[in-house]
Amino acid sequence: MRFVSEFRDPATGKKVLQQIEQQLRQLGHDASHPLKIMEVCGGHTHTIFKFGLEGMLPPSIELVHGPGCPVCVLPVGRLDDAIAIASQPDVIFTTFGDTLRVPGSQKSLLQCKAEGADIRTVYSPTDALSLARQHPQKKVVFFGIGFETTAPATALTLLQAREEAVSNFSVFCNHITIIPTLEAILADPSLRIDGFLGPGHVTMVIGLEPYTFVCDVHKKPFVISGFEPLDVLQSLVMLLEQFRQGRCFVENQYKRLVQPQGNRVAQQAMQTVFEAREHFEWRGLGSIPHSGLRLREAFSAFDAEKHFAIPAQQVADPKACQCGDVLKGAIKPWQCKVFGTACTPETPIGACMVSSEGACAAYYNYGRLSTSRKLEATR
Amino acid sequence: MTSSKDTEHPLFQRIEGVRQRTGRVRDPIVTQAHGGGGKAMRDLIDDVICGALGMSAQQIQEDQARFSLAALAQYGDRLAFTTDAYVVSPLFFPGGDIGKLAVNGTINDLAVSGAIPLYLSCSLIIEEGLPMETLRAVLQSMGEAARAASVHFVTGDTKVVPRGAADQLFVTTTGIGVIPQGLEIAAHQLQPNDAILINGYLGDHGAAILVARGELQLETTIESDCAALHGLIAALHDAGITIRAMRDITRGGLSAVLNELAQASQVHIAVDGTKLPIRPEVQGFCEILGFDPIHLANEGKLALAVPSEQIEQALKVMHAHPLGQQAAHIATCRPTPAGLVTLDTGFGGERILEMLVGEQLPRIC
Repeated sequence: MRFVSEFRDPATGKKVLQQIEQQLRQLGHDASHPLKIMEVCGGHTHTIFKFGLEGMLPPSIELVHGPGCPVCVLPVGRLDDAIAIASQPDVIFTTFGDTLRVPGSQKSLLQCKAEGADIRTVYSPTDALSLARQHPQKKVVFFGIGFETTAPATALTLLQAREEAVSNFSVFCNHITIIPTLEAILADPSLRIDGFLGPGHVTMVIGLEPYTFVCDVHKKPFVISGFEPLDVLQSLVMLLEQFRQGRCFVENQYKRLVQPQGNRVAQQAMQTVFEAREHFEWRGLGSIPHSGLRLREAFSAFDAEKHFAIPAQQVADPKACQCGDVLKGAIKPWQCKVFGTACTPETPIGACMVSSEGACAAYYNYGRLSTSRKLEATR
Repeated sequence: MTSSKDTEHPLFQRIEGVRQRTGRVRDPIVTQAHGGGGKAMRDLIDDVICGALGMSAQQIQEDQARFSLAALAQYGDRLAFTTDAYVVSPLFFPGGDIGKLAVNGTINDLAVSGAIPLYLSCSLIIEEGLPMETLRAVLQSMGEAARAASVHFVTGDTKVVPRGAADQLFVTTTGIGVIPQGLEIAAHQLQPNDAILINGYLGDHGAAILVARGELQLETTIESDCAALHGLIAALHDAGITIRAMRDITRGGLSAVLNELAQASQVHIAVDGTKLPIRPEVQGFCEILGFDPIHLANEGKLALAVPSEQIEQALKVMHAHPLGQQAAHIATCRPTPAGLVTLDTGFGGERILEMLVGEQLPRIC
């Protein structure tokens, strides 16, 4: 399969791994002083575990799984609001599939559906708009979640809805943005990260420029990476090369998709439709200023938060859960007190266990073999 | 009381003639009358169901099918008995339909025990309003699948439920087969060094159904692999292959089957990801949606464990059969870590292969 299989070639992978090992040795890193690289995006976490990269990399490098899984960071309170909207009469609540199992304070959307709510999985917000056209007597709500990867599609759908004056369509907007999130992570004194793998798909939209503060202010190299295993390994080589040469820049490994200026049409659509909220609550990370998007006043006719009575209660994360520490890379998933005992993919307590891209679920499902072997080796 | 003189009256004879006539169902849709236990239901059974399934009116005069034990005993020394309900949406999809699925699925559940499948029942739950043509087409397909597999429908039941109480048509089939003497196939019998073989491409059925639902707006040429596997299994048996364990790979995909086998036998199953036969179309479909073909459903695939010295012979037999042309040796059993399934990712890494918790859900980005 073109553009996929050539980025999964094991022979090339082996060569790149040797290069990584050599670079790490030259930099003086070993198992007791590993280089810590955070992958910001959940898609990278998925690749790392799906292809077993964590087990292949030498112990002198540690991958920290960052906050870039939008399903994981959705706070309980917002999920309760979604369930409240979905439970109202004459509502068709549409959502991407992976939010269905995320636990709210009482129940998940999947349980809500089983109790009788009309909740439908869609693959794009335009599907939700089509449903609104087909069911003019129903109120169709789209659960907008995700970073700048999915936000432009929501924005373009809203522009379309306005043009057609579809009056029974609205969006429950929970879109988030990457830059304030990175700022919050970098401002945390407990964080120890040497460099970043940047999110390929988000950058395809926003371009390279917004990340320059990571290098200029915080002195951390930042490499935008694709999502195949060789993409990830090559990006690590590029980071290591920067360390070796004492450079610190935003670099683009994912050139086959990411243009330096991003996608202007998508940026324009987002600019027209959304504005930043003062604060937005993240599961595990708390409130982060300007990190959430809401619909502008001009689109209030399509804003589900204005149409429906929602509880809008802030719900504290479960006490036992250490998702915040995991998301910031302060602890490894298996170091959390409830990991694998009270918190499992069947009964997730914390956000990181819910989605397959969550760091804890990835460890639980895929990674415990390499983790246990590495722990065994260091003992 | 009517005397014989009464029944000789021409009017009586005319009506009696009509009463004896086998009813022809002319209604365009199924209504609740067809499930009411009266004449309309008898006509439905006579005209729509029995003929298509190859049952004679005489066969269904009684409320139960009856078998001669002696006749069954000539096939083997144990009965195999299984039941399965089919609720697929849409009813028709590329490569099959609910009827074909209901016949082949139950045959496969019998066959993976080594049993020779013999008899089936057919139980229908019909939502009122189902087009009669749809029902006829499903039953036609069931009859064809049963004839092709040399199994016989011997009993059944029909219910019609109000609109909304079922989704068009649910089909339950129950099957009886006989296991030949000396054949012992069971999930707990895997031993270290045993090889796991599968008979072909993974994920075709799951992908075909998801595309056929029309929600994805994807166009593919993927067809369901729906097929009866007892012929392939008989060929392996005839060639003297020792089958330690065998499962048909349905819901939950290969990962569910391998986890069940590893748990039951307390062995480690190491899968070679590069050996998994997956069509490029299915792989592409999965790449787009964030699915893994290893979790997708199949309806004509099986996994079997054979001793390592029989790998080549077993593959040869499978490759020679129309349902085993892409057969492959995909995994090997090892003593430890017991109960675990791991996958060599093909990129040099290894990961655990877990059973899914619920349904596979598409990823958002």
